[in-house]
Amino acid sequence: MTTAATECMLRMYEDQHKLEDYQSGVPRWCSGCGDNAVLTAVQRLCRDEKLRPEKTVFVSGIGCSSRFPHYMKTYGFHGIHGRALPIAEGVKMARPDLDVFVNTGDGDCCSIGAAHWIHAIRYNMNITVFLHDNQIYGLTKMQASPTSPRGTKSNTTPRGSHLDALKPLTVTLGVQNVSFVAQAVDWIPEVLFDIVKAAYHHKGLSFVRIVQRCPEWLPHQFEPWMQDPQKIQLLHHDQGLRISPAMAKIYKNQLQHDPSNIDRAREIASYDDPLPVGILYRNPEVPCYEDLHNTGQLRTNEYIQAGLEAQFDKFTIEGSKKSRSRPAESPAP
Amino acid sequence: MSDTPTLKSGTPAFKKARPPAEKKTVTTLTVNVIEVISDSGEGAQRCGQSLGAIAAKMGNGVWTEEIIPAEIRPPARSVAGASGNRIRLGSHRITNGGNETDFVVAFNEQVLIGRVKAGELKPGCIILLEAIWRESADAKIAASYVQTYDSLVAEGYKVYEIPMERECLALVADAKRGKNMFALGMICNLYSLDLQLARDQIALTFSKKDESVIKTNVMLLDAGYQWAEDHFDFKFRIPAEMPTEPQIVVNGNTALALGVLASGMEICAMYPITPATSASHYLSDVYEKVGGMVHQAEDEIAACAFAIGASYAGKCAVTITSGPGYSLKQEAIGLAVMAEIPLVVINVQRGGPSTGQPTKTEQGDLMAAIFGSHGDAPKVVMAADTIEDCFYSVITARKIAETFNMVVVVLTDAGLASSQQPFPRPKFRPDWLAPPVDQSVIPAGMKPYDWDPVTGLARRFIPGQPNGMHTVTGLAHDSASHVAYDPQINAHSIRMRSLKLAALQKTLKTPPVFGGETGDLLIVGWGSTRGAIEEAVELMRAEGCKVSSLHLRFLQPLPGGIKEIMQRFKNVMTIESNWSDRPEDEIIDETNRRYSAVAILLRARYLIDVDCWSEVRGQPIKPDTIRSVIREKLRKKS
Repeated sequence: MTTAATECMLRMYEDQHKLEDYQSGVPRWCSGCGDNAVLTAVQRLCRDEKLRPEKTVFVSGIGCSSRFPHYMKTYGFHGIHGRALPIAEGVKMARPDLDVFVNTGDGDCCSIGAAHWIHAIRYNMNITVFLHDNQIYGLTKMQASPTSPRGTKSNTTPRGSHLDALKPLTVTLGVQNVSFVAQAVDWIPEVLFDIVKAAYHHKGLSFVRIVQRCPEWLPHQFEPWMQDPQKIQLLHHDQGLRISPAMAKIYKNQLQHDPSNIDRAREIASYDDPLPVGILYRNPEVPCYEDLHNTGQLRTNEYIQAGLEAQFDKFTIEGSKKSRSRPAESPAP
Repeated sequence: MSDTPTLKSGTPAFKKARPPAEKKTVTTLTVNVIEVISDSGEGAQRCGQSLGAIAAKMGNGVWTEEIIPAEIRPPARSVAGASGNRIRLGSHRITNGGNETDFVVAFNEQVLIGRVKAGELKPGCIILLEAIWRESADAKIAASYVQTYDSLVAEGYKVYEIPMERECLALVADAKRGKNMFALGMICNLYSLDLQLARDQIALTFSKKDESVIKTNVMLLDAGYQWAEDHFDFKFRIPAEMPTEPQIVVNGNTALALGVLASGMEICAMYPITPATSASHYLSDVYEKVGGMVHQAEDEIAACAFAIGASYAGKCAVTITSGPGYSLKQEAIGLAVMAEIPLVVINVQRGGPSTGQPTKTEQGDLMAAIFGSHGDAPKVVMAADTIEDCFYSVITARKIAETFNMVVVVLTDAGLASSQQPFPRPKFRPDWLAPPVDQSVIPAGMKPYDWDPVTGLARRFIPGQPNGMHTVTGLAHDSASHVAYDPQINAHSIRMRSLKLAALQKTLKTPPVFGGETGDLLIVGWGSTRGAIEEAVELMRAEGCKVSSLHLRFLQPLPGGIKEIMQRFKNVMTIESNWSDRPEDEIIDETNRRYSAVAILLRARYLIDVDCWSEVRGQPIKPDTIRSVIREKLRKKS
């Protein structure tokens, strides 16, 4: 009895995850930075889903948001600018047993890493990707990013940026094999969490664009959207997000949207006023790249040797102890 | 060669009577270079490869090289479009492609012109030339043929006009596809190769095809053999000795791929690039059979990052590329260095800079490999020096990468990539393979970079290991992998990463000297030039010259004992396939001369006045060229 009770206690202890189990260090983000909201939502997800910290990996590139892994008490890989996705793909391919997340910014993902973004969607590996989109380069001190709206004044566009903003969701939804696309905003934590959770549970590459504030360089960027709930359009559906009564009271601008409808998703993705928030697209049927390559074989030494010897056989010329005698006169054909 | 040739029925193949066998002169040779060239797609490459395989099976020493045009389908009958194979046969082991060609089969005169211009044919060599062009309906073609033929004959080449197409048309409807087997038959006859072995080789080559394909090709082979028997009054024989051990015959890229299989690495991430890609082609075909996978990434950077991700997660991975791709990977390689993630990078070098000469060979990437990536990024650089070494280098590279948590760069080149040479069949050893992924609990108090103060080595924590959670970063970091801008921490961590190279260097053996231990001249080489250098040195020593050579497999770190070897020689000179300024150029002097890569390394490290000789012709350096370089060097110094 005593033993059983101890075991039971141990199990309870091990299963009991606290937020602190996933917290590491004090984030160095500015106060009011949207990254803080994402961190909170993700730590809550880890706790609620009881993710084993040693089996969880956060991969990031370079930029403010890419500091994210340092603040998680899991494994983390703070990589190089733009390359978070291919690194994460390598991790997942080698170790499908790990839960892999990617944190990337609008510069990291949509500019320097744009090629990887497109192809990551195509590969559709079972990875959860958070695009922290504050529409500005923060760490390098305020340069326009691909998602900066036209007219954004920055250090490289002092008279206002000239180009229309790239829309990450329409791009994502235009790529073959896309399987999960959602949009959240950092200032509605409850919905942000619900979306993060849905993204985690989707098998395939879940792409979540989080529209978030940069209090340092673009402090007023989203004020109209924050001050007027009508400018946020909540997407809901039986197969998508369900809106809580409390949320429904504040955000009355709601749209029923079936996330299996990609044409409609593409249309919704192109809006930014009102800004759609919710799950735009979900298709659990798209195969994952890592599954396509999994032969299911246990790679024992014997197995590898057998494969290798079979290859050697193909190229082998048998030796002999004596020299081969040549015909003095070759036989006629 | 057609996979589905059509038979012409009822045509007798041969009309001419066989000359009595005793009228043939049979010349015994010890070594000879044969070349088969055609327009792209006419099958000269397959003819040459088959020839190499047949000779190897007879026990001849063999070295085959591909002659590859840069385009997939260059215009027919174009000087630059020569496609084919060059086979050096010997009665002993052959270690390189040798000197100019002794015997050529050419399917048209234009591809021949290219080879003559490139200086690849021995003056006065035997040429078997397709004769159909003489009667071409196109007057321009006929005129060009006659003109080329006449000038070749005038220059002293022994040109035999062969009605290959006409003879083949007696047997098949489309002679353009099938001529190569006729040519193979002729060569087998003229070089006294076993006809049955040739037939078996064809059966093997087309084992995946229909029986009728094999039959037709064998018929063409037999016809060529008989035609040569009937029409030539000479024959060669190159005595062979069967090796006692089983041999495998592969090119350098296949050897690399086999090395990847044998190293236990599971993931190869790559992006298509010449001349590295054929390694991945082969690997893609067979990797799954040992549970591995080739990831064709969206670009070179992604391929490197993917491999780094896999390595980080516990399964050391490899990325294979060539020069331009290597340049693109440099930033990611720096990340692996900084985060101390094991990684194997293979660079099959080609002519540079920029797009350079994609199908040609060069050793121009050594400095980029050693010193590439910004900041201080110490990594291990090895160079495979034989086809066999391509195989073993990958196994060694994986082991070093995982033991030292370092990036290991393996350099080969376009020459090794497409050359074939038999080598003893490797005997599998379980210790080639990577150990299982460590998932044990990390003891309390251990840090992810617990650097040993002497060697800089630290145990790596792999995702899945409880208590090991940390975030690796390309930022400067302390032993806990925390971002640190402290000047002392930065200096300390750079020191630790650098010490690992010294720790590896302590384990390396001094390379052996080829030739004598002392003398007038020591030639230092690295990579694919080994065979040619040693052949030249051996011949020069036979002439009484006191010359030896030293071949480096490890370029970074350089093993110990090299200075002592160099000091035993009056002169030291490197021979390399990369650029060095020519001392004879008017404005070149000792204050501005740019030396070859290894010469720079040796001069800087050992403070010895190492000279260099190099060429960047895109071709493997010939032993005779090296002999004249040695002769010249010895003459100047004496």
